[in-house]
Amino acid sequence: MDDPEIAVWAEGLRKRFGRTEALRGLDLEVVRGTVCGLLGPNGAGKSTAVRVLTTLALPDAGRARVAGYDVVRDADEVRFRIGLAGQHASMDDRLSGRDNLRMFGRLYHLPERVARARADELLERFGLAHAADRIVKTYSGGMRRRVDLIASLIIAPPVLFLDEPTTGLDPRSRGEIWDTIRELVAGGTTVVLTTQYLDEADQLADRIAVVDHGRVIASGTPDELKATIGTRVDVVVRDVATLETAAMVLKSTTGAEPEIDRANRRVGVPVKGSVSFTDMVRELDQAGVTAEDVAMRRPTLDEVFLRLTGEPTAEEAAA
Amino acid sequence: MSVLQIPTRPVSVAGRLRWALADGWTVVRRNLAHLKSQPGQLIAELVFPAVMVLMFGYVFGSAIPIPGGGNYREYLMPGLFGMTAFTGVLATATVVAQDAGRGVMDRFRSMPMARSAVPFGQTGADIITGALAMAGMVVCGFAIGWRPHEGPARTMAAFGLLVLLRYAISWGGVLLGLMIKEETLDKLVPLIFPITMVSNSFVPTGGMPTWLRVIADWNPVSAIVAACRDLFGSPGTTGSAHLVWPLAHPVVATLLWSIVLLVLFVPASVHRYRTVDH
Ligand SMILES: Nc1ncnc2c1ncn2[C@@H]1O[C@H](COP(=O)(O)OP(=O)(O)OP(=O)(O)O)[C@@H](O)[C@H]1O
Ligand SMILES: [Mg+2]
Repeated sequence: MDDPEIAVWAEGLRKRFGRTEALRGLDLEVVRGTVCGLLGPNGAGKSTAVRVLTTLALPDAGRARVAGYDVVRDADEVRFRIGLAGQHASMDDRLSGRDNLRMFGRLYHLPERVARARADELLERFGLAHAADRIVKTYSGGMRRRVDLIASLIIAPPVLFLDEPTTGLDPRSRGEIWDTIRELVAGGTTVVLTTQYLDEADQLADRIAVVDHGRVIASGTPDELKATIGTRVDVVVRDVATLETAAMVLKSTTGAEPEIDRANRRVGVPVKGSVSFTDMVRELDQAGVTAEDVAMRRPTLDEVFLRLTGEPTAEEAAA
Repeated sequence: MSVLQIPTRPVSVAGRLRWALADGWTVVRRNLAHLKSQPGQLIAELVFPAVMVLMFGYVFGSAIPIPGGGNYREYLMPGLFGMTAFTGVLATATVVAQDAGRGVMDRFRSMPMARSAVPFGQTGADIITGALAMAGMVVCGFAIGWRPHEGPARTMAAFGLLVLLRYAISWGGVLLGLMIKEETLDKLVPLIFPITMVSNSFVPTGGMPTWLRVIADWNPVSAIVAACRDLFGSPGTTGSAHLVWPLAHPVVATLLWSIVLLVLFVPASVHRYRTVDH
């Protein structure tokens, strides 16, 4: 836990709001210079975890260290080592975008000249120069999100927390943010990001922690997570009448329950362990099914996510 | 994109103090910049006292006799100065309550910023807007015939006391703003006027029923108003035969009130700012 290679470390974090238990024993470990993606359904506790790690909320129990400092005891030290773009806009909406960025630059104690130049540079780079002198209240949702993000990029902190950084951004802005995150990581910054876009996690994250009901229920590299639910076989039949037969064949060869997609004449089944592809094709053939396409593919992160977070918890099942 | 490193934390006491002062000044500039984007707020703060001066000066001016004689408008001006120093509590509380609900506070709290910078910056900006409002009242006061009679030193002392008390009251406003929601605050507005009016600000307390008079005499508003009348040489200072202590020593009483309010509210507000929302 005092390992300098561990930039973010949390153990048993708990946080309760009235009767809601937002965190129920969350553990996390992020290696320095890597990107950790927090995935989870709405209300899973991702933002609460980020707020605790960035000293905005006090945990009820558990411990956490960021950049080597305890988030409760040494909160001041932690703040000198983090950057944060929270889920909700955190700009002064009665100041212009430029004045906001200059103010934050001053609060990082950049010399006045540097604070001004930095604000201009960032506004230019992220395509906000035309709106720089309007008050933030008049910005569109995506513009607000962008100015909020660039405020956390004024300086390069050792650890950067981004809570749903690209929600509401157009594809081009999203690409720019991704590039910037990669640049920062190449420069040694550790990034913790939450996202609802699984392709974003797939693209950026070295490791993913799936959060559900205030706990990390699975973690690993995107590939490791995909491997946990195995590969899938999808068969597209020529004649929709043979769909049921194909499903029966798949069931007998894999032992899993196939999903039938009548509209696309497709039947698919998850495969755990090893199944012979050629055996499957032969058996389909023997059963008189003419397949237009037989494909074995790895699951998407979306499927992993739905699988992991779809099952009700013990409490829910009991209720 | 170029990379700027996060600053290192100052270790010495002097270094930290300088850091905190710089942060406080940044917040002062921010609060003043708000006036630029919302000029209505500043105008309201300037116009309200001016309207009070004209209204009370001419509406009540003819009807209220001053003990020892004299011009009511000269009697009134210190009362209005004192009263606006107190009603500032709501202006401050409202700004703070609005701010507390805004996302920018989250960013401030996650930055390497001195914890005390936001409340100090808020109260610092209040000194400036408060002084502007007071300057506006001085101009109106001159227009209706008010004059300080005791020379520049005592005049400055009076304004110094007003600024000090306004500053202490500001801290009360910060605490109130951090504890009470904006909607609830609006409901407190009608309460503040009776509190400031049960004092010697508009009429001498001598004519009040005893129970009310006791409250009025010990009201801190009365202390600052009496101190101003003393220092400006306004009429009405020699009314009662047996004055209660704060009115017999109004300058000292005002200083004491200010110190007590600061000692209570500064640490409480800073603490509340650090822990609110945890
Ligand atoms: N300040 C608060 N007061 C009361 N309840 C809260 C508060 N903050 C969070 N919660 C509750 O805690 C739980 C976790 O919320 P959190 O915001 O951490 O979820 P999330 O994973 O970030 O969700 P989303 O994907 O919707 O952003 C939710 O049930 C939420 O209602
Ligand atoms: Mg969230």
